[in-house]
Amino acid sequence: MSIDLQQDFFELFGLPRRFRIDEAALELAFHDLQGRVHPDRFAHLPDSEKRLSMQWATQVNEGFRTLRKPLPRATYLLELMGVDAGLHTNTAMSPAFLMEQMEWREAVEEARAARESEELTQLHTRLRQHSREVFDELARQCDDEQDYAGAAETVRRLMFMEKLQHEIDDALEALET
Amino acid sequence: MALLQIAEPGLSTEPHKHRLAVGIDLGTTNSLVATVRNGIAVCLADEDGRSMVPSIVRYHTDGTVEVGRSAAVAHATDPKNTIMSVKRFMGRGLKDVAYIESMPYDFVDAGGMLRLRTVQGIKSPVEISAEILKVLGERGKASLGGELTGAVITVPAYFDDAQRQATKDAAKLAGLNVLRLLNEPTAAAVAYGLDNAAEGVYAVYDLGGGTFDLSILKLSRGIFEVLATNGDAALGGDDFDHRLFCWALDQSEIDPPTSEDARRLLMKAREAKELLTACEEAPIKAALSTGEKVDLVVTRGQFADMTRHLVQKTVAPMRKVLRDAGLAPEDVKGVVMVGGATRMPHIQRAVADFFGQEPLTNLDPDKVVALGAAIQANVLAGNRKDDDDWLLLDVIPLSLGLETMGGLTEKVVPRNSTLPIARAQEFTTYKDGQTAMAFHVVQGERELVADCRSLARFELRGIPPMAAGAARIRVTFQVDADGLLSVSAREMSSGVEASVLVKPSYGLTDDEIAGMLRDGVERASEDIDARALREQQVEADRVIEATLAALEQDGDLLSAEERAAIDAAVAETRDMAAGHDPRAIKRSTEALSRATNEFAARRMDKSIRQALAGHKVDEIQV
Repeated sequence: MSIDLQQDFFELFGLPRRFRIDEAALELAFHDLQGRVHPDRFAHLPDSEKRLSMQWATQVNEGFRTLRKPLPRATYLLELMGVDAGLHTNTAMSPAFLMEQMEWREAVEEARAARESEELTQLHTRLRQHSREVFDELARQCDDEQDYAGAAETVRRLMFMEKLQHEIDDALEALET
Repeated sequence: MALLQIAEPGLSTEPHKHRLAVGIDLGTTNSLVATVRNGIAVCLADEDGRSMVPSIVRYHTDGTVEVGRSAAVAHATDPKNTIMSVKRFMGRGLKDVAYIESMPYDFVDAGGMLRLRTVQGIKSPVEISAEILKVLGERGKASLGGELTGAVITVPAYFDDAQRQATKDAAKLAGLNVLRLLNEPTAAAVAYGLDNAAEGVYAVYDLGGGTFDLSILKLSRGIFEVLATNGDAALGGDDFDHRLFCWALDQSEIDPPTSEDARRLLMKAREAKELLTACEEAPIKAALSTGEKVDLVVTRGQFADMTRHLVQKTVAPMRKVLRDAGLAPEDVKGVVMVGGATRMPHIQRAVADFFGQEPLTNLDPDKVVALGAAIQANVLAGNRKDDDDWLLLDVIPLSLGLETMGGLTEKVVPRNSTLPIARAQEFTTYKDGQTAMAFHVVQGERELVADCRSLARFELRGIPPMAAGAARIRVTFQVDADGLLSVSAREMSSGVEASVLVKPSYGLTDDEIAGMLRDGVERASEDIDARALREQQVEADRVIEATLAALEQDGDLLSAEERAAIDAAVAETRDMAAGHDPRAIKRSTEALSRATNEFAARRMDKSIRQALAGHKVDEIQV
């Protein structure tokens, strides 16, 4: 038997397949695995081993990147559970959520137009607080209620919110230069 | 348990053989070579005790090449053949270099990377840099007393793929085996971190002669993890010299000077700048060939005022890098200053203001990069000791993407991704029976292709003819631990591996490198066969040694039959290496390498399983 490159990332890092993870354990496992497979450990070895090391190190990095942040982690978890979050195809949202999004967007637009960096920063903070609550909901749906269809919709909502965060970042950056 | 292979007399298989390795800081204005001796990293000096080699190359009419301090003597009398700051030209076209109009060189624009016309013909920046690397490599060999296993060469963290590739090509031309391209601020962090047993988040502010880098690293339990990096690959101490030079021209009301006079005055400006680090004011005096005289005094305040915009140019990257790392200035535990230009008092003040703390200046900003590179080279060469249990995790500084419809970029690999990384993207054909496709690879953060760096154009050929939209072509970007990109492509429905023809936008092709290598060897009147033989023997030795060490450690993973096959391949390679046919040695070494493929895979699995065993095995779902 052989551990293959296709095994799932939760297994790779020795973590239970859940949305709520022990972040410290993830980081520890990441460092430990890289310590074993990283190309720097193989620089003096034949090319065949260097290639193998690069494949493994790439896989370990990809796994860490996927599990470290909650949104890609949730998307990946849903994929493992056989649920397509439909990030690109399914854009149907509840009217209430869309209305809320529109209000956020207008507020950002106004602050951007008025070059109010203070206001933008505040919006950023409020949006982050709000998404924290939505993430709590996502954790319940994934880990406690096993409501994966509901979780998929929550993921889509969070995607919207993250995009908005990026827009605020960009606006702030534009104001600085 | 398998018996250990018994070494034949005269063949080195002792497990703790020390391999000779160096770290090289290939700088814009100065270069250094360092090594680890008796566990301590030291810079290697010349007979006069000087470790810094000015990065200056002079081509003489008689075919000789002079590098360093002695070449610098002619900077004002023979400026066309005395190349300074060549690092600014690496992987760059004529349009990319600032103040090119005031440089005394005879540039040749052949499209792609610029070239310089010298008395020894047209030279690429890669060849010029190779001259500097040769001198450093020789110093390493002479000082260590033997052939080098390899070298770690440092590059600015903000170097793009073309600049990195150019650096690696230069090392290849200089006959060096590159163990790794290491980012300069990361090298500095290693030297600083290991020395001070540092833990926590550190910033490295690295302002060299021609490049500026800012990296944020997290140091914990021996892991040096770069969180984000930013910078400006065309900003450095040189720009401060140039500003002062322009000011001096302006103040003295002098017409555009000849290139000789420009060089002379620029050197005076640099001296004045350096003096201002310790003094409140400095003189700039020069007698020009026109009979005109420059006789000025510049104060520290004046200098700070006239270069304020340059200091400001380092502030925006500081903000960006923290944002990318998701941190605030107060999260940073210490700021390590690297590069001679950080000696300028107004730079130190700007950094202190931004981070709200005095930067760390207890290490020599000129040497720390070379020392860090030497420490890394020592470990990569295979001289790892039990207490060398540290690891670098670096990132790619700039996003990689592909050109899409309308001249827009589609990002494939985002900046600050931990290396190595691979990303795949799928494409399809848009015409019936289409058998080829063209791609344009770019690097940068901007949306328009025109605002990014063009890295290469490549074409896929050999796609099996199918109806439009039926082919599924998967293009994979793989960025290795050197930060270098390679591209592969496969048609997924037929499994046909399409061939990738890469035409670098600002690099040298493999053929050009091969040609330069041949020319270089011929000029050095070295026997090309002898060199090939020596290289193959070193490689064979390396593979044999690695195989024996692996067998000693994990021989029990093999069946008796498998073990016998590997033993036979080792014996064969050894026989060949004792002979004089480089091709035969190469063949047997490759055969040995193939014979151990499966063994290597099992060893990797074992190692990974051990890692898992260390962490909560009970929680793994099977």
